Amino acid sequence: MTLPATDTNGGTPGRRAGLGPSAWSPQRMWSVAGAVVLVALVWGFYAWDGAQTTAVLGGTVRAATLLVLGAMCGMIGERSGIVNIGIEGQFLMSAFTAFTVASMSGSLFLGVVAGVSTGLAMGWMLAAMSVGLRTDQIIAGTVLNIAALGLTSFFYDRGRSLGQPKYQSIELGPLADLPVVGTALFNRPPLTYLALVLVVVLHVLLLRSVWGMRTTAIGEHPGAAATVGIDVIRLRYWNVTLAGGLAGLGGAYLALESVGTFTRAMSGGRGFLALAVMIFGRRTPLGAYAAALFFGFTTALQGQFQLNDTFDIPAQFVGMLPFVVTIIVVAAAGLFGRMRDPAALGQPYEVR
Amino acid sequence: MAAAAETVVSQAEPEVLLAGHGITKRFGPVVANDDVSVELRPGRILALLGENGAGKSTLVNVLFGLHRPDAGQVVIADEHMELSSPHDAIARGVGMVHQHFQLVPPMSVVRNIVLGAEPRKLGMIDVAQARRRVMDLADRFGLGVDPDAAVEDLPVGAQQRVEILKALYRDARVLIADEPTAVLTPQETDHLLDVLRGLTAQGVGIVFITHKLREVMAAADDIVVLREGKVVGTTTPAQTSEAALAELMVGRAVDLHGDRFESGATGVGSAVSTAAAPSDEAPIAEAGERPVVLDIAGLCTDDDRGQRAVDELSLTVRAGEIVGVAGVEGNGQRELVEAITGLRHATAGTVSISDRDASGARPRQVTVIGVGHIPEDRAKHGLIGSYSVADNSVLNRYFKRPFAAGGMLRRDRIDSHARDVVATFDVRTPDVESPADSLSGGNKQKLIVGREFADEIDLLIAAQPTRGIDIGAIEFIWRRIRERRDEGTAVLLVSAELDEVLALSDRVAVMYEGRIVATVDPRSATREEIGLLMAGATPTTPA
Repeated sequence: MTLPATDTNGGTPGRRAGLGPSAWSPQRMWSVAGAVVLVALVWGFYAWDGAQTTAVLGGTVRAATLLVLGAMCGMIGERSGIVNIGIEGQFLMSAFTAFTVASMSGSLFLGVVAGVSTGLAMGWMLAAMSVGLRTDQIIAGTVLNIAALGLTSFFYDRGRSLGQPKYQSIELGPLADLPVVGTALFNRPPLTYLALVLVVVLHVLLLRSVWGMRTTAIGEHPGAAATVGIDVIRLRYWNVTLAGGLAGLGGAYLALESVGTFTRAMSGGRGFLALAVMIFGRRTPLGAYAAALFFGFTTALQGQFQLNDTFDIPAQFVGMLPFVVTIIVVAAAGLFGRMRDPAALGQPYEVR
Repeated sequence: MAAAAETVVSQAEPEVLLAGHGITKRFGPVVANDDVSVELRPGRILALLGENGAGKSTLVNVLFGLHRPDAGQVVIADEHMELSSPHDAIARGVGMVHQHFQLVPPMSVVRNIVLGAEPRKLGMIDVAQARRRVMDLADRFGLGVDPDAAVEDLPVGAQQRVEILKALYRDARVLIADEPTAVLTPQETDHLLDVLRGLTAQGVGIVFITHKLREVMAAADDIVVLREGKVVGTTTPAQTSEAALAELMVGRAVDLHGDRFESGATGVGSAVSTAAAPSDEAPIAEAGERPVVLDIAGLCTDDDRGQRAVDELSLTVRAGEIVGVAGVEGNGQRELVEAITGLRHATAGTVSISDRDASGARPRQVTVIGVGHIPEDRAKHGLIGSYSVADNSVLNRYFKRPFAAGGMLRRDRIDSHARDVVATFDVRTPDVESPADSLSGGNKQKLIVGREFADEIDLLIAAQPTRGIDIGAIEFIWRRIRERRDEGTAVLLVSAELDEVLALSDRVAVMYEGRIVATVDPRSATREEIGLLMAGATPTTPA
C-alpha cells in the first residue's frame, strides 16, 4: 500500500493546524511502512523468479493505466461537485470509436483522436444533463452507461479487425535496463507514458494552479465562488467536458494499446473500479495512481495464477481475486482516516 | 503595502460613497422596497435597522447589484450606476460581508481571500505574493488572522475577519455587513465594532444591517429605520433612544417584559436589546423546594463527526423555572438538546425526566412522558413544510386518541384541533389546509409552540425559540413560555441570543466546549461576565 498522505487542503501541505512541517501522521507512517514492505516483497520475488515478477509488474502497470485515467476523469468532476458514474460508458464508447476509426483509417493516431473526442462529447453530455439541466447526477451517469452499452453492442461488427498491430512498446534507453522496474515502467507503449505524464501534470495543476483552486472552490462552496466572480456553471461545464477527454483516452488505450481489438462490453466494470481508485487515492492524481497500481497488481497476480495453475480450483474463483480484494480494502479504508467528500458534491448549482 | 495603500489615496474622495435614490423593488405582488432613499458618506457607519421582512436585505441586494430595482437609482462614488450583477458593484469598490460567510472551509485563509483575483505566475498561484498582500492588509487594518490556517479550523470571529479582508483585498471602499454580529460573542461583537470604527478612520464607509438596538446606538453614525419596505425614520444615535427606535421598527410600543420585570428607565426599548433589570420579587427563592423535573448527570455525546460534543455535563431544571443555556453556537448545545430528546445517542451519563429514567429513550417515548420540544431548526425539524397546518399541528400526537382511532386518522378532530391552535396562538394562515411552507417564520414558530403547548407537559425544551422572527412574534412566544413556567412547567431554554437568555431565565447555565462552566443569576451577572464565560474564561467566583 503506497498511499501518499496527500493533503486534502487544496494545496497547503503540512500547514494544517496542529501539524508541524515535520510531523508525521499515523496515516503517512502506515503508508510508508506499507511501501517498504511492498518493495522488499517485490525485490524478494524478483530474486526468486525474475521473469514472472517482471510479467506481473508489467501487468500491474498495464491495468493501472486504464484505472488511473478513469480516476482522473472522476476526480476532476467530483472536485467540481459533479459525480460521474458514467466513466464506464465513456470508456466503452471511446474504445469503440477509437477501434473503429483506427481500423477504417489504418491510423492508430486517428483512432486515439476519435477516442478522446468521443470522451469529450460524452463529458459534454454529462455536463449538459447534470450541470445545465440539473438532472440527478446518478441518473445522468447511468444514462451514459446504458447508452454506451446499447450503441456499441448494436454497431458492433464481429468481423472487423484492427488491421494492423496495436501500439508497441518503446524502450526508454538505459532506464529500461533497470532491474525490477525497468521493463514494467520504461519499456511501455506510448499511451502509458502519456498517462504517466498526465498524472504528474494534473497533480500539480489541481493542487497548485489557479484553475485547481477554483475547481476546489466550486466543489466545496459554489456560492462563495460565485460571490468572487467565478462562473460556477461555466467552470463545471468545462471541467466535466475536459475530464471526459481523459476517460476517452482511457477507452482508446483499452482498444488500441492494451487489447488491440474491440469486444462487447469490454470495459468490464473498470469504469466503476476507477471510482474506487479515485476515492482510495483521495481525489489526487498521484494518490490515485498508487491506488491504481495496487488494484492493477491484484489483476495481474490473478492472471499469473491462472496461467501457472497455482491453485487447484476453478479459474473463475481465482478471477475473483481483484474484486474480493477491492471489497476488503475499501472496507478497511476506514482505518486510514476518514476522507471528506467535497461539500457540494452531487448538488446542482442554480444561479440566483 | 505600497500597492494597497495607493489604491485608497489615489482616487479623489467622493462625496457620496453609496446611495439609493427612490428605490422601489417588487416581488410579484409584494412591495419589498417602496421609494427608499439612503446615503452613505466616507468614514461613516450607516445602520439599517428593521425587523425581518422590513426590506433591509432587499435594499442592500439592490445596492450590491443582486437585484435590479423596479424604480430608483443606485449611486456609487458619486456616479449613477446600472448594476447588472454584484461584479459591477465589486469592481466599483463595494464589498459585502455576508451573514453566512462565503468562505470555502477546507481552504487556507490566504487562498480564500485571493480566490477569484489570484496573483499568478504561469497559471500557478503566486503563493508568496498572495500571502504578503494578505498580511499587509491584515496589519494595516488591524485584522489579525493566521494566513495558513484552514478556514474551518478558525473560530467564527476570525472567519468574519477573513470575510472582511476578502472585501478589502478587492479594494472595497464600502463594506456592507449583513447582520454581522448574529454569530458573535459579546466580546467578539465589541472587537468587530472596534474594527469597523478603525476602517472608517481610513475612509471606508460601512452599511451595517442589524436588528440589535444596542449595537446601533454604540456604533452607528447615521440610522435608517425600515418598516414594511418604507423608510420610517432617519436619525442619529444622539437624537434618539433605544425605546424610540424599537417603536419605529415595530410601529407600536413593544412590551417584552411580561409580568416579571418592571420597565427599566429607558422604557420598553431596553428589553429588546439588553437584559431588563428584574424586579426584586422574582420567584427564584422558592425554586429550591420545587421538584426536579429534568436531571442530567454526567452526560456525554458526540457530534456528527464523532468528536466529543457534550462532556460529562450535569444540569437540573426544577418545576416552574426557566434555565437558560447561554453559549456561543457550536459548544454542544445542539447535541445536548438532541441527547435529551432522544434524537442522539448518549455515550455516557443519565437523563431522568420527572423521576423516570429517560436515558436512551426514543423520541416518541420522550414525547409521551410529557416533554415539549421546540427544535432549533423549525424548517428542518419542527415542521414538515409540504404538510398542511392541520397535519403539522398534531405531528407529536397524531397516533393517539382523539386524532387516530383503529389506525385511521380522524380528519375532523385534527382540523378542529388545528383551528384551536391557530386561534389560540395567533397563527396567521388563510386556513388550516394551507401547507406549512406558506407561513412566515414567526407564524411557523407560533404553530410549533402551539403544537407543543397543546398537551400537558412537565418539561419544555426550547432551542432558539425566536431565531429570525419578528419582534411581535418574539414578544408573543416569550409571554407564552413565561406563562407555562408560571403554571409549573420546567423549561430548558437554549439560545444563542444572550439577550433572550437573560430576559427569560431564572438561572443561566453557561456552556463552553460541551460543559456547563458556570451557573449564574441573571439578576446579578453582567453581560460582560457572561460573555467572558462564553468565551471560555474560568469563572472567578464559583457559582
